[in-house]
Amino acid sequence: MTITDQGQHSAPAGTQDKRGMNLTLRVWRQQGPSVKGKMVTYKVTDISPDMSFLEMLDVLNEQLIMQGDDPVAFDHDCREGICGMCGLMINGQAHGPQQTTTCQLHMRSFKDGDSIDVEPWRASAFPVIKDLAVDRRAFDRIIQAGGYISVPTGTAPEAHATPVPKKDADNAFDAATCIGCGACVAACPNASSMLFTAAKVTHLGLLPQGQPERDDRVVNMVAQQDREGFGGCTNIGECSAACPKGISMETISRLNHDLLGALRAGARPKS
Amino acid sequence: MPLDLFTEGDPIADTKAPTDVALPQRWNERKFRGKLVNPANRRKMTVIVVGTGLAGGAAAATLGEAGYNVKSFWYQDSPRRAHSVAAQGGINAAKNYRNDGDSVHRLFYDTVKGGDFRSRESNSYRLAEVSVNIIDQAVAQGVPFAREYGGLLDNRSFGGAQVSRTFYARGQTGQQLLYGAYQALERQIAAGTVEQNARTEMLDLIVVDGRARGIVARDLVTGEITSHFADAVVLATGGYSNVFYLSTNAMGSNTTAIWRAHKRGAYFANPCYTQIHPTCIPVKGDYQSKLTLMSESLRNDGRVWVPKERGDTRDPRDIPEAERDYYLERIYPAFGNLVPRDIASRQAKNVCDEGRGVGPGGLGVYLDFADAMKRLGRPAIEAKYGNLFDMYAQITGENPYETPMRVYPAVHYTMGGLWVDYDLQSSIPGMFVIGEANFSDQGANRLGASALMQGLADGYFVLPSTISDYLAAGPFEKVDANHPAAVEALQNVQEQVQKLLSINGTRTPSSFHRELGQLMWDLCGMERTDEGLRKAIDRIREIRQEFWTDVKVSGDWHSFNQTLEMAGRVADFIELGELMCVDALHRAESCGGHFRAESQTPEGEALRDDENFAYVAAWEWTPEGQPPVLHKEALEYEYVHLAQRSYK
Repeated sequence: MTITDQGQHSAPAGTQDKRGMNLTLRVWRQQGPSVKGKMVTYKVTDISPDMSFLEMLDVLNEQLIMQGDDPVAFDHDCREGICGMCGLMINGQAHGPQQTTTCQLHMRSFKDGDSIDVEPWRASAFPVIKDLAVDRRAFDRIIQAGGYISVPTGTAPEAHATPVPKKDADNAFDAATCIGCGACVAACPNASSMLFTAAKVTHLGLLPQGQPERDDRVVNMVAQQDREGFGGCTNIGECSAACPKGISMETISRLNHDLLGALRAGARPKS
Repeated sequence: MPLDLFTEGDPIADTKAPTDVALPQRWNERKFRGKLVNPANRRKMTVIVVGTGLAGGAAAATLGEAGYNVKSFWYQDSPRRAHSVAAQGGINAAKNYRNDGDSVHRLFYDTVKGGDFRSRESNSYRLAEVSVNIIDQAVAQGVPFAREYGGLLDNRSFGGAQVSRTFYARGQTGQQLLYGAYQALERQIAAGTVEQNARTEMLDLIVVDGRARGIVARDLVTGEITSHFADAVVLATGGYSNVFYLSTNAMGSNTTAIWRAHKRGAYFANPCYTQIHPTCIPVKGDYQSKLTLMSESLRNDGRVWVPKERGDTRDPRDIPEAERDYYLERIYPAFGNLVPRDIASRQAKNVCDEGRGVGPGGLGVYLDFADAMKRLGRPAIEAKYGNLFDMYAQITGENPYETPMRVYPAVHYTMGGLWVDYDLQSSIPGMFVIGEANFSDQGANRLGASALMQGLADGYFVLPSTISDYLAAGPFEKVDANHPAAVEALQNVQEQVQKLLSINGTRTPSSFHRELGQLMWDLCGMERTDEGLRKAIDRIREIRQEFWTDVKVSGDWHSFNQTLEMAGRVADFIELGELMCVDALHRAESCGGHFRAESQTPEGEALRDDENFAYVAAWEWTPEGQPPVLHKEALEYEYVHLAQRSYK
C-alpha cells in the first residue's frame, strides 16, 4: 500500500533550497471606490523564484490575516493565463516585466532584495473596488453593443455549409484570443480601450458569418467605448506591447478601416 | 459494511426517458411528449441560472432568446471568466467528416465504455446525438475552429478514441466556445431578457412547498445578502475538484451552490468519481496554489516514458532508447499513448511508485516530442501545440522543444454531481442541474473532449427543451422575501457568515483547505483502500470540528471580503470531502477514475463488480449526527454489452 506516497502536495526534495528571496512590496491600499488610497510598504521573506507573482501575494495575505490585518484584495481566478481575471500594475508595467498575465509572471523575474510597486489598473472607466481589484464591466457593455453574431440557438446551418479560408480563420483566431484583462487600457497613456474593441471587430469581421452585422457592429462598439469614458486612440502601441496574448496593432487599423467604410455607408450608432 | 457510516433508503429511478421506444428515438420522443410553454406565456416566467460557463452561459442565452425572463448569476466580474475558458484540447462531435467510421452510435458507445459502464445509456446517447448541432451552432457564432486549407473544419483524434472526431481551436477550444456563449449571453443582456448579477455568489436555495423557487445570494462587492425568486432554478456551477485544494480548476471554483442545494434535499450522485488527468505540470513546492494541465492532445504526438532503471538521474536526452520504458506503448499496444485518462494516470503513478519517476521527488514522467519533431519538423509542432509549449516554459522555466516535458497526474474534473433525471431535473422539483455540476452522462470516467460537449449540449439543447415541461404548469404562485421559507434561508446564510467572522481562531481558511486537500489526495485520490478511507473520514470530522472553532476570518461581511468568501467555500468542501470518502468506501469495486486497491485484476487493472455495483449512488443529506442515506438507481444496459474494458 503506497497511497501515502503519492505526495502531490509535499514539496519535492531539492526545491526547498530555492527559496530565500526577500522583497519589499509597496502596495496600493484603498478601502473602497470613494475612499482615498495610498501606497503601503510590506516585507515578504523566503520567496521562491518558482512562485508565481500571485502566490507571492498569497504569502503576504496569509501573514496579514494572522496579524489580524486586512489582506490585500486582488482579482484572480484560473491562474493559468486564460481567464483574464488577474491584472496588476507591477513597477508601472501592466502585468509586470514579462509579456504575460500577472498569474503567469514568476518570481524568477525578480532579484533578492528588489523593491516592487504593485498598483491596480488605472483608468476612470475601471473604478477601483478595493485595493488592487477594479470594475471592468465596461468591457462587457462594449460587447453588448455589438460584439456578437446574432444567431439564436437552433438556427445554425450545417457547419460545412460555409467554408472559411484557412488564412482568415487563423487571423480571426489570433484576434479572438483576447482575454479581456484590461492591460491594454492600463498601459495606454489615454486609457483607451481601442485594442480590446478592435480585437472583437477583427475576429468577427474576418469571418463570413460576421458580415451581415459588420457595419453596425463597429459603429456601435466604438460609440459604447466612448460613452464608457475610455480615451481616444493615438496609435502609441503600448496596448499591444503589454497584451499578454499579443493582439496586434493591425486590428486597430482594421477597425479604423471598417469604421470609415461603415460611416460612409450610412451606419450610425444606436442612441 | 458497518452501517454507522450510512443507511440505505428506497431505490430511485429516472422516469423521464421514454424507454418504451428504441434508444435512437428517445430524445425525439421525449421532446414530443414534454409539454410546451407558448411564447406569450414565457414572458410571465422567470428562470434563475447560476453560473455562466459553457452550460450556464448557453442556457441563460437560449432561455432569453426563447422569451423567458432570466436572472443570471456569477461570482467573477464578467461571465467570460468561467473556468470553461481554460479547456484546451477540443470538443467531440459525431460528424464523421473524416469518413473514418464514426457515427452517433459509436460516440455513444465510446462514452459508455469510456465511462466504465457507469452512465445511463439514454443520457449518453442523447449527448452523442446533439453533439453535431453544437458544432453548427458554434461555427455560426463565429467560433474560429481550426480549418484545413480547403476551408473546412479540421479534426483530430483525442484520448481514448480511434476516430478523428475532435474539433479544436488551437489549444484554446474552451476559451473560444465560451466566448461564443458569452457573446450570445451579452446579446440577451442588451436585449433585456437576461438580468445580470455579476460578482454574486449563491449561498442557499429557497424551497417552497417542495419546489425550488429561488436562491439567497451575497453581493461580493457590497456584502449585501438578498433573496431572488423564480419559477425554476438552474444550477450550472461546475465541478468540485478543488476539494483536493490543488487541482486544475480555477481558484474560485467551488461546490457551494450544489452542496447547499444538497443540504436542502437534492441528492448528490457518485461523489467519489473524480478524474485525475495524466498530463499536468508536476508540483513544485508547498506554496503552490494550483496545478496546470497540459492538454491531452499532446499525447497524439508526444511519447510517454520513464527510465528502465530506478533512480536514473541522467539528463533524459542522454538516456539511450534501449534504456527507456515507453510503458503505455508496451502495456497497451493497440491504444499506446492514447489510452483513456484514468489508465494513463494510474500507470504514471505505478512507475513512480516503482521508483522510476523523474524530476524533483520522483513524481513525474517524460512526455517526449523528439520523434514527432524529427517526423513533422518543429514548425508543425509549433503550429499544433505552440501555446501549450509556451505555457510549459513559462511555468517551469524549461524549454520543451529541447528537453522532454515532465508531467504528473492531477485532479481535473468530477464526474459526480447532483443527481438529475433525463430532463436534468434534480430530486427537488423545479431545480435543474447542468454541465459538470450534474452527474449524468460521463459515468465513472470522462473521455477527453467530452466535457465541452456535455456543457453545451445541456445548455443549448437539452435544458431549454426539458424545462418547458416543468414550466408548463407555471407560473407558480408568487413568492417574495417575506415568505417564511425565504426568511429562514436568508437567516441561515446570515448566521453562517456571522459565525465565520466571530470565531477569530488561529488558522486561515486556506490552511484548512490545504490540509483537507492533502488528505483527500493521499487517501481518496488515484488509489483508495478501505483502511485509508476510514482514516480519512475520521480525520475530516476532526478537521471540520477544528475549522468551526479555530478558523480566523478577518474583516466584516458588509464589504468586499475575499477571505470570507473562501471560508464559506472551505466549510462546504470539508463536508463534501467526508461524503466523497463514504461513497468511495461503500463502492468496494474499481471503476473508471475510482480505483479500489482491493479490486484489481492480476495485471493491476481496475476490476469492476457489475453484480453488486451497477448502480448510481445517490446520497441524501441528513441532519447533523445522522448518517447519510443511500438511494440506488439501477443501471441497465440494453444496447451496450457490459464488458471489462480493454485497451490492449
